[in-house]
Amino acid sequence: MGQVVLVTGVAGDLGRRFAAQLSRSPGVERVIGVDVVPPRGDLSGADFVRVDIRNPVIAKVIVRERVDTVVHTSVEATAAAAGGRTSTKELNVIGTMQLLAACQQAPDVHKLVLKSSAAFYGASNRDPAMFTEGMSAKRLPGSGFAKDVNEVEAYTRGFARRRPDVAVTVLRFANVIGPRITSAMTGYFRLPVIPTVLGFNPRLQFLHEQDALDVLEHATFTDTAGTFNVAGDGILTLAQAVRRIGRPSLPLPGFAVPTFGSAIRQTHVADFSAEQVAFLTFGRGLDTTRMRSMLGFDPSFTTAHAFADFASSLSPGILSPTRVRATEKALVGALTPGGGDRRG
Amino acid sequence: MGDAEIIPIGTRGRPGRGTGETKPSANSRSLAAKSPASPATKPPAQKSVQEVAQKSVQVPRQQGPNPAAKTAPTTGPNSGPKPAPISGPNPPSAEPSPGAETKETDDRPTVLASRPPVTTDHRHPDPGIPPLEWLSALTSASKEVFGENWEPRLAQFLAFLRRRLTGDYTLDVYGFDQEVTERFLLAAMRPIAKKWFRVEVLGAENIPTEGGALVVSNHSGTIPVDGMMTAVSIRDHTGRFLRPLGADLVFRLPIIGDLARKGGATLACNEDAERMLRGGELVGVWPEGFKGIGKPFGERYKLQRFGRGGFVSAAIRTGVPIIPTSVVGAEEIYPLVGNIPSLARLLGVPYLPITPLFPLLGPLGLIPLPSKWLIEFGEPIRTDEYDAGAADDPMLVFNVTDQVRESIQQTLYTLLMKRKSVFS
Repeated sequence: MGQVVLVTGVAGDLGRRFAAQLSRSPGVERVIGVDVVPPRGDLSGADFVRVDIRNPVIAKVIVRERVDTVVHTSVEATAAAAGGRTSTKELNVIGTMQLLAACQQAPDVHKLVLKSSAAFYGASNRDPAMFTEGMSAKRLPGSGFAKDVNEVEAYTRGFARRRPDVAVTVLRFANVIGPRITSAMTGYFRLPVIPTVLGFNPRLQFLHEQDALDVLEHATFTDTAGTFNVAGDGILTLAQAVRRIGRPSLPLPGFAVPTFGSAIRQTHVADFSAEQVAFLTFGRGLDTTRMRSMLGFDPSFTTAHAFADFASSLSPGILSPTRVRATEKALVGALTPGGGDRRG
Repeated sequence: MGDAEIIPIGTRGRPGRGTGETKPSANSRSLAAKSPASPATKPPAQKSVQEVAQKSVQVPRQQGPNPAAKTAPTTGPNSGPKPAPISGPNPPSAEPSPGAETKETDDRPTVLASRPPVTTDHRHPDPGIPPLEWLSALTSASKEVFGENWEPRLAQFLAFLRRRLTGDYTLDVYGFDQEVTERFLLAAMRPIAKKWFRVEVLGAENIPTEGGALVVSNHSGTIPVDGMMTAVSIRDHTGRFLRPLGADLVFRLPIIGDLARKGGATLACNEDAERMLRGGELVGVWPEGFKGIGKPFGERYKLQRFGRGGFVSAAIRTGVPIIPTSVVGAEEIYPLVGNIPSLARLLGVPYLPITPLFPLLGPLGLIPLPSKWLIEFGEPIRTDEYDAGAADDPMLVFNVTDQVRESIQQTLYTLLMKRKSVFS
């Protein structure tokens, strides 16, 4: 008999696709997706139950369906999707509390996977180059998504203490990127002109959307408990990323960014909250040694490849690499008689 | 060259417009009436054209270094087919181009008689520079810049530009950009080290050629110029890149923080130090920190407290040697005679220096005094014989810290005795 998996947050893109992918997996008997609104796309073999995880009804679902594995993917950063920051916080924090309370009462549950975020670490000038799982934010976040993540992880740790028989795996994702996903980061890179913080060039790490789904599936089937950073190898700086998609960037002095950011946020295109601005100023790097050695997961995309895959879905900007290459070729060809094929 | 040929045709050396003559000038007459001019004006016109055609040979002197080779002036050094420069520069407009005009008159003078007089169209040649002349100018310019072997070098340079513009370069996880560091940051520092401070390096053989090592140095000079000079010296003498550990203030500053990361720096914290040392990097650390660079001139060459010994525990944990490094000369570049603590607090910096030249001379005061520098890399202090638990033994860590500090202080005194004067 296979696992019965409950997936929260299936209305979100990542949650829905994960539920669909999991339902095709041979080791799974049944996948139940729950969310407050129905998913907009195909759930494949997964069943959808419309239930709010902030409501005790979720406990009944878990017990009645004899759920043994819970994958909590509904902790979301984007405020726009849930209709404002307040309701996002409700969903993230209160939802997690209620879900964990339900799991604690359910004797069948033996595995919990939490999709967390690297926003846990914050971003500041006092950060080490790479965060390992044992570190925490240098400045505890006062508000916003980072605080949600901190609280959600704290509740999860409490749950792990109270139910030592449940294997709890917390996955701290780097920014998920890819041609199909919409997130704060993809919205940012889809802007026609990309605002940056003047004089800063943050280091970014990306996780490809397929790797994100795969690592969730991998964590569902392994009994390895613990907290793991999940990110593609290597880093890209923001300047590098912007040049690779060939869009012009607009460096704004640090003090002007919050004002500009709130104007952008009104459009619901990209997220420019205070923590996102801090991230775009100082950047962040994750150490993924434990992901490989203990969790045993190898992402198939590096940061650069994940970004290239995302960039292929964008219309090339005015400074696109192909255009730059063509210009270079033309210049070399014109200046060196018969030497157009020379390359340094 | 168009203007050189045309101007004498209209005025023929006589005063033109604005001379106060009651009679309109020949030029304005030809402007007013489009009727064929009297034949009398023709022969001189033709003559002058020929004169000018000869003159025009000299014109390209401004564009190319070799006028003799350019009897066909519009043709570039790559000597394309001759018709190309004539037809090439002409924009596809109705008005005749001066270049084409002259060529015709040179070849067939008889045609000239039946032609209408020279009009203003000819007196105002196209302002643009024909593309081929751009090309020849570019070619000779690149010869100037890149020398004899300019073709591959220019191609290399363009490839470099292309890589930067398309973001097609790789950085390590700390953001170290080897290409930019090598080509710009170190290249800019090198003449300062060699010509301005005349840095003399002693004991470079004490730096291991591979594997992790911790360069521990004294810190002085108001602005951390000593770190950059040490990095240049190490690069030139051992071929290795120094990876400096910087204060968190550095990474809060725009542009400077970015440049620091590009130059291989990272935050001075145990996590990063140990990660870099495990990765086999040559890490540079200045344990005195702001206490060292911001100390008054009167306390020069007196080492301050060596932090909390975090660098020693990092070295012990990773088992890498510590190379005590003494820098003499940096103390004198900006003699710090005063400080404005209140303004410094307002700006959020550890000190706001007053030197004899700054802020008195404004930006000029930022030019460092040309003191003579000596950098000595001392005998490495081995840490691999301690076991890993030793890093948590505070007494041992303090002892090693003192050993490193003493070693640097003694070397500083020796170097100061050795140096004849501050500026030589």
